[in-house]
Amino acid sequence: MKLIYEKSQAGRRASALPRYENLPAAPGIPAELRRSEPPRLPEVPEFELVRHFTELSTRNFGVDTGFYPLGSCTMKYNPRINERLAALPGFARMHPLQEEGGAQGALELMWRLQEILAEVTGLDAVSLQPAAGSQGELTGLLLVRAYFAARGEGDQRRKVVIPDTAHGTNPASVTMAGFELTHVQTDARGNIDVDDLRGKVDEQTAALMLTNPSTLGLFDENIEEIERIFHGAGALMYYDGANLNAVCGISRPGDMGFDVVHINLHKTFSQPHGGGGPGGGPIAVRDILEPFLPVPAVVKREDGGFGLDFDRPETIGKVRGFTGPFGVFVRSYAFLRMWGPRLREMSEAAVLNANYVLARLKETYDLPFDRLCMHEFVLSARTMKREHGCTALDVAKRLMDYGFHPPTVYFPLIVPEALMIEPTETEAKETLDAFCDAMIAIAREAAEKPEVLKDAPHRRPVRRLDEVRAAKNQIVKFGFEPAQEPIEA
Amino acid sequence: MTAAESYPDDLRYHSEHDWARVEGDEATLGITWFAADALGELVHFEPPEVGANVTKDQSYGEVESVKAVSDVIAPLSGEVVAVNGHVIDAPETVNDDPYGDGWLIRVLLSDPGEVAALLDADAYRQVLESQ
Amino acid sequence: MTHPFLALTDSDRREMLATIGVASVDELFRDLPTAVRLGRELELEPALSEQETFEHLAALAGQNADASRELSFLGAGVYDHYVPAVVDTILQRGELLTAYTPYQPEMSQGVLQAIFEYQTAICELTGMDVSNASGYDGTSVAVDACYVAKHSTGRTKVVVTEATNPQVRQVVKTFAAGFGLEIVEAPHRDGVTDLDEVERAAADAAAVIFQQPNFFGCLEPAPELCARANDAGALPIAHVDLVSLGVLEAPGNYGAALALGEGQAAGNFPSFGGPHYGFLAAREQFIRRMPGRIVGETVDTAGDRGYVLTLQTREQHIRREKATSNITTNQTLLALGGLVYFTWLGPQGLRELGEICLSLGAYAKQRLAEAGFEQVFADRPTFKEFAVRVGRNAREVVAAARERGVHPGHALGRDYEGMDDVLLVAVTERRTPDEIDRLAEVLAEVAR
Repeated sequence: MKLIYEKSQAGRRASALPRYENLPAAPGIPAELRRSEPPRLPEVPEFELVRHFTELSTRNFGVDTGFYPLGSCTMKYNPRINERLAALPGFARMHPLQEEGGAQGALELMWRLQEILAEVTGLDAVSLQPAAGSQGELTGLLLVRAYFAARGEGDQRRKVVIPDTAHGTNPASVTMAGFELTHVQTDARGNIDVDDLRGKVDEQTAALMLTNPSTLGLFDENIEEIERIFHGAGALMYYDGANLNAVCGISRPGDMGFDVVHINLHKTFSQPHGGGGPGGGPIAVRDILEPFLPVPAVVKREDGGFGLDFDRPETIGKVRGFTGPFGVFVRSYAFLRMWGPRLREMSEAAVLNANYVLARLKETYDLPFDRLCMHEFVLSARTMKREHGCTALDVAKRLMDYGFHPPTVYFPLIVPEALMIEPTETEAKETLDAFCDAMIAIAREAAEKPEVLKDAPHRRPVRRLDEVRAAKNQIVKFGFEPAQEPIEA
Repeated sequence: MTAAESYPDDLRYHSEHDWARVEGDEATLGITWFAADALGELVHFEPPEVGANVTKDQSYGEVESVKAVSDVIAPLSGEVVAVNGHVIDAPETVNDDPYGDGWLIRVLLSDPGEVAALLDADAYRQVLESQ
Repeated sequence: MTHPFLALTDSDRREMLATIGVASVDELFRDLPTAVRLGRELELEPALSEQETFEHLAALAGQNADASRELSFLGAGVYDHYVPAVVDTILQRGELLTAYTPYQPEMSQGVLQAIFEYQTAICELTGMDVSNASGYDGTSVAVDACYVAKHSTGRTKVVVTEATNPQVRQVVKTFAAGFGLEIVEAPHRDGVTDLDEVERAAADAAAVIFQQPNFFGCLEPAPELCARANDAGALPIAHVDLVSLGVLEAPGNYGAALALGEGQAAGNFPSFGGPHYGFLAAREQFIRRMPGRIVGETVDTAGDRGYVLTLQTREQHIRREKATSNITTNQTLLALGGLVYFTWLGPQGLRELGEICLSLGAYAKQRLAEAGFEQVFADRPTFKEFAVRVGRNAREVVAAARERGVHPGHALGRDYEGMDDVLLVAVTERRTPDEIDRLAEVLAEVAR
């Protein structure tokens, strides 16, 4: 299909702007600061704009389109009431520098969301400021750094322990926070290898970063022993909340011994993923870390009003503009109020759905760790690759032809030909059955006519795309000139 | 055209999947067929600068495919005297001809004695089999 | 009663448990040690229906003095520009709204092509060669740029001008320590950055970050700033307002190495501070050091054009501890709002919008001067925003003016010493001349 720039015709436009009478002429701008060449933005009428982006949307697949079991991303239904609420003028047209007295509703909403997240995580204090999970991670690690610096252990505690199943954001955040990495292995049951761990935690260790349940979808059975090892060595424990959807109302990171948690509002609490964002990455902490939280803090004052507190002498500073992605808070707060204490049912359904799909598929695909799973699980196409030459990627592409979004593939890194499947609580049994039937049919196709997999997808707007060519021949914007031959979709 | 698997007998190998062709006090370095195959078609080579020093067992550059990036480990220590510009322009040359046109750098050896510790082709094949 | 966001019936559950081979849902959690289980109900208020949820949140929204209920001249980084209806329409398309990162390009050509078009728009606006798919906001992209500068120059100091948005400076300082950067500030003189001070500070710096127009609304001598930074071997980094770029020169045309900023003004609502999008663009030589996602053009096996995420080896999911950033979730939907907005405006509309803002700004300066309020930096050209002295503590003036239904602007004493009596007044195309008259009238009533 054409780019919007290829539909552009000089002289067309979608906008008409207000004209005010009797204004002074626009004052002159010094010549060297004045725009010399206009930007080549599209020139289209409004209906052409709407048709273009509507056509683009039809070439995209969301949770609204169908089943989206993308492991580790928690692609659940996004209630529409959230959108209506976030668009209310009292939220959407609120300026973030409005005086406290004119922002009581917004501040109360944030304070209430903080209280709910503290209860769900089992921790003492919450900052909503980080923009997404990875920024929450980095913020959490800076808190750890500030905590040890305040205790005079800043130069000594330089190491952060990360299991080999971790999301890539964890090691990247460790580097950005100025810590050093210590890797720890996974044992035969998919838990952290505690024997490997013991030798690696000492007075130089600042923290553990752990996702629990892990990216294998398994709850670490040794979490109590792990907690003793880290706290025994004077180190802290960081909980990557990417998989919080498994345990809401069932087990809380604070009760597991974690001192810092980030929460992905776009995963667990239904902020729509938006084709890649926005997200929200609040952090919850134990009281010992509260003095270091970002400013401003959203507080409830003695008179019952709500306010922003900038007077936190030990704060790490600001990590994002203003107080965070407020529109995301509106959506997650609404979602949480519609669940209330029934949040446990949400996690129970997510875990039940995952175990059901696992039970139906484990005879057909390799299962590296044969245990009950939590909200997601990891299969492997290793045998299929060896016997029929079809890979996890081929399975993923073929699933598209059956009308499903593929699972996460090739992650976690410790499982070869990994297929990471997270159904979420949203889906009905009929949907899960249809997906399992497709996965089983694809395994049969791999044995009988593997080329059907290797040539997949067959029923999408494009066939398989050449990523090597994109990386070598870098075209990252439209070329404009020379006048191009129109490319028909 | 991707090359077939081979490990020439006239080269010396490092267990991190790197090879060296030693000629007098210079050596040509590259990555083995196994490494190139595991990465897939290369799309980028980040070379060291000519004149820089590389140290045995340490990274001197990076090679990238679409899905993976890997440090290139120096099998021997020395000063970089040449970088293969052809591979910078066409990284897939490494997949096509890992031991010929796909060489990466040439170094002036600072400690020719290090050569003795490298593997021969048979020993390297055993490393591969044990993985 | 089944919760409305769940689908499983009791008989579904029974069948599923039988297939799994366990007796109860509780048994699915048997790997959790008893000590780490909650063992009680969450202490939260009871679940609400959709209607009750709407009424509760609408009541909260009703307590806020938003720009539909109060005549506001607040800016300082977030602006009340008009957002056309087409933005809402497109952003609410479920296929775009409820998709995730386009890791599987054949499922995601809509989002991928939109990002490619967005990257093109950002490059056209800024005069740069490459744009990423968006960052969190105008502060985080400045941190990203520091990373690029540090690794491109090998230097460990970054200069940020004092006339750059205070929030940008604060966030850069928070993260700088982690990656071993020292941040120094270059002072302003009479509302614009002191060139000699910049030159001195840039001598061993990786970058000079400045804002155009700056936080006071004044136009910086941007070409000269870039030249001084370049001469010192520091990368000039321009923090710009996209809405200004129909009338103000593109950073790529006056020597900037990177251009970045907060995209909110272009196609996003203020939304009490977010979510918005940060944009980050650079000259071609920095492409491999760019943090964040980048979409590239390619072809499929039939030879037809398509789009993919490219150069992913920069990113955390492949390069892990050596990645250019830890970013994964970004602000794609908001950036798409920006693309729709710029498509709606077109080049003509963008220029007209800039001229309207300039004219209204001139009118506001004139009306306030007539009311006796002196501009702090009187002879400086400004865009969209300017600083005036109000003769007494500006926060008190704000409070008194709000009682008359007007928020007159941002009290600069909150950010700058010695400016307690200064208001930063923002005028977008949404402020009519009548409203500006009202501002002058109210300020005259309350400020003396």
